[in-house]
Amino acid sequence: MKIGQQFIEALESLASNKLRSSLTMLGIVIGVAAVISMLAIGAGAQASISGSINSIGTNLIFIFPNTTNITHPQPLTMSDAAALADPAQAPSIESVAPVIQGRGLAAFGDQSTNTSLVAVTPVYASVRSLKTMDGEFISDNNMTGRSPVAVLGSQTAQNLFGRTNQVVGETIRINGQPFRVIGVLESKGGSSFGSQDDQILVPLTTGQSRLMPKTNRDQVDQIMVQASSPDAVAQAGDEATAILQARHRTVAGLEDFRILKQQDILNTAQSILGVFTIFLGGIGAISLLVGGIGIMNIMLVSVTERTREIGLRKALGARKRDILSQFLIESALLSLIGGAVGILLAWGIASLIGRIAAASNTPINPVIGLNSVLLATLFSAAVGLFFGIYPANRAARLEPVEALRSE
Amino acid sequence: MADNGFLDNVISVKDITKTYQMGEVEVQALDGVSFDIQKGEVISIMGPSGSGKSTLMNILGCLDIPTTGEYTLDGENVSKLKDDQLAKIRNRKVGFVFQSFNLLPRASALANVELPLRYGGVNGDRSKRSRQALEAVGLGDRINHRPSELSGGQQQRVALARAMVNEPSILMADEPTGNLDTKSGKEIMELILEMNRTHGTTVIIVTHDPSIAAQTQRVIRLRDGLLETSV
Repeated sequence: MKIGQQFIEALESLASNKLRSSLTMLGIVIGVAAVISMLAIGAGAQASISGSINSIGTNLIFIFPNTTNITHPQPLTMSDAAALADPAQAPSIESVAPVIQGRGLAAFGDQSTNTSLVAVTPVYASVRSLKTMDGEFISDNNMTGRSPVAVLGSQTAQNLFGRTNQVVGETIRINGQPFRVIGVLESKGGSSFGSQDDQILVPLTTGQSRLMPKTNRDQVDQIMVQASSPDAVAQAGDEATAILQARHRTVAGLEDFRILKQQDILNTAQSILGVFTIFLGGIGAISLLVGGIGIMNIMLVSVTERTREIGLRKALGARKRDILSQFLIESALLSLIGGAVGILLAWGIASLIGRIAAASNTPINPVIGLNSVLLATLFSAAVGLFFGIYPANRAARLEPVEALRSE
Repeated sequence: MADNGFLDNVISVKDITKTYQMGEVEVQALDGVSFDIQKGEVISIMGPSGSGKSTLMNILGCLDIPTTGEYTLDGENVSKLKDDQLAKIRNRKVGFVFQSFNLLPRASALANVELPLRYGGVNGDRSKRSRQALEAVGLGDRINHRPSELSGGQQQRVALARAMVNEPSILMADEPTGNLDTKSGKEIMELILEMNRTHGTTVIIVTHDPSIAAQTQRVIRLRDGLLETSV
């Protein structure tokens, strides 16, 4: 018998018991929808987190002081930064940005906001891929002159002025001292690592002398190092470690500094999310399995109910494989249709979750890839075939004489 | 003489036995049965229940194979064939009419009649041949009706059309009138005999009813798995 004809017959047979067929499909629908939407949300979360980690900058290495279990920790200093920037000692390092961090109260007129203060060098802009949408970034002249100038994050400008344009040239007060606004940064969007839009950048020298004085004048809180290329990140990390070990006279394992590569953060986040995605997808897969067992159950009932019909078909010349394919096509159709509906449902769930996430300010764009659709379709068809094989085989092996005798 | 006789025989059964295993007990349903049926004959098989007539019918209809002995159908020894080969023989050479019609309830009369052609791989004139078969049993105006929309007699006529659509060598009818009222039963018998006359189809009717047996040319009687008389 021709395949096309068998599909029509299988559809008619499924349609003749609509409630039962649709309940059986429901198991597959839920399973497929669970698998796809979970994978989509996982992929979306990964993309979102990778995006926000990458928005920090590219090929970055963060160096922090390490004070735990170290007897005489030395702070990171400007001289450390200068040593790291020496191309003779550290050929893989492109640029070095020492940073002092703190918090302060910024005010303009009667508006004030408590925000993060970051004292930086001019190279910080390229290291962190920051761009000004208005005005200038901190210059070398600002550094040497210890100028009381500030670059505002877009959110900070919004908070103080209620706008982000035409604020350059205004004077704000930071911790009571007057600062002239020389630039406003482009928005980078929310980030899991604190908003980069709500901060005030000042020249490092100004920060040292006026806003965040340290006991040691040379001391910085953090040094950011940018490697010359993605491939050079590991090498740059080793060079930085070697330089600082020598300068701080410490040995491996007892350093008074910590080095964290951006790639490590990304890898950690991605591996955590990967496990999370597999976990969620696994739960979905279990419900798909349960759906498959539902198909098997119904097909077994159907074979029993239709024993006489099978006997008749065999009497009329149906071979084993005709009966086998008849029941296999029915179960495959059940799961394929269920899979198709499941994909639509998954699309709905994914976009709903995307909206909920956007509304709660953690943008996740669930990505339903062609891969996961293909995977789910193949998987559901395979489930249908796998769980259909046993009942179909049972039908095909019925003896025509026995089958015809059944009531 | 012998050769000629062999060619004329559509069915030749030689010393057939059939043993069933019913749990611990072996049941000898047929205990060495031999007979010939000639092309175009109309015969009936009679016997009390348990006499082995259903077993004999299953073997003659190629639904089952004998434990020992030889069965030649239309010049082909079918007693040792495998399942799929038997299916092919059933499809080409045997037409079945059952007591309880055995139509597919969801399919139209036409689709029911088309079924053997589909399993036989006939594609081109399937619909045309099925229509003609339905017209031959007087149901040309009911081809799209489902079994539930037809009377018992009409359903059995659909079944007869289905049995005849592949132009089989033999028509096996198992109590074909058993579920019908007298009038419909009569009509079915007339149709079966008409098929025999027009197509020369050999007809084998399994029945309890002496009045049916009386309409056939020869009666094979079975008792306890043995041939009682063959007129």
